Amino acid sequence: MIFLQIFLAFFIPGILGYGGGPSSIPLVENEVVRRYGWLTVEEFSEVLAMGNALPGPIATKMAGYIGFEQGGLLGAFIGVFATVAPSLLLMIILLRILMKYKDSPKVKRMTMFIRPTIAVLLGIITIRFFISSYEGAGVYHTIFLIIVSFLLLERWKMHPAFVIVGALGYGAVFLG
Amino acid sequence: MKQIQLFLAFFRVGILGYGGGPSSIPLVHKEVVEKYKWMDDNDFADLLALANTLPGPIATKMAGYIGYRVSGVFGMLNAVLATIVPTIILMIILLTSLASFKDKQWVAGMTQAVIPVVGVMLAVLTWQFTTKAKEGLGWLYTFVLAAATYVFMELLGVHPGIIIALLLLAALMKKDSAKAEDVEEST
Repeated sequence: MIFLQIFLAFFIPGILGYGGGPSSIPLVENEVVRRYGWLTVEEFSEVLAMGNALPGPIATKMAGYIGFEQGGLLGAFIGVFATVAPSLLLMIILLRILMKYKDSPKVKRMTMFIRPTIAVLLGIITIRFFISSYEGAGVYHTIFLIIVSFLLLERWKMHPAFVIVGALGYGAVFLG
Repeated sequence: MKQIQLFLAFFRVGILGYGGGPSSIPLVHKEVVEKYKWMDDNDFADLLALANTLPGPIATKMAGYIGYRVSGVFGMLNAVLATIVPTIILMIILLTSLASFKDKQWVAGMTQAVIPVVGVMLAVLTWQFTTKAKEGLGWLYTFVLAAATYVFMELLGVHPGIIIALLLLAALMKKDSAKAEDVEEST
């Protein structure tokens, strides 16, 4: 019974949360706090804060942790599965169809038509990241980090892993 | 060998993507298009468009599809697990043992310092897609479509999934005129 509840609690946000993990957070809250009462609002915000502090997708981290709390390892597995699987299956089916007709002029045109929209979407996320950095780290650290990471990534072609680890170190020392 | 590469690529994406799913987009691009060359920019753009249009977390949808494409169902499981399992384990350990971890100043500092770096990677990717769009459509149409997208999305609050769906529909409905073929040849 608890496993069915865990499945439903994460299946619904997974299938309704358009626009990626962050948009599903209020939906998760609705299920786990209001419907099932597994966590209080305070506990939920603790989990959310931890999810934000750690790397990786937020929705799956929350599903994994809350599932684990309610139903152990199997609960964690079910929570993550319900979050990830439905939309992933849909995606694989749709892309398979798309790739099959890859060389048809219509599909080529589809690819072309959506490109400016993708650029705008990425541009908006970019600006959000810069604003959030300005609010968190302040203007000088932000500009310094932007310039240095741009040079390292684009001019000296350093792998992002090293640049991000460098930034983590910088943040621990200078922003701590 | 493929499985090890898939695991490593998405392990790095999961462990380096601070700020949730969207921050993993440039990291996935780096690994999948630039490093391992499993797909080109066009296919990546299609993938990103669809991942944005469908519900659910973006990072796992990208990992799952790419894993599936590279080596079937096992590749899909491998890529998804590599993206999410390491940080879920970290989350469970930290929340059940040391709950004060996230309140530490230096932890917050680390996350803050990574955000502008991811911002730079996103900016570079934005620029790449803008130039790609220009190659296919020319500056004028690129600008018009980009401006329209911006107005609908940011000022009118239309969900990007709807805009993408409408554009796909428009591309599907449009007759294959001679002019359209010229454009295609130049891509």
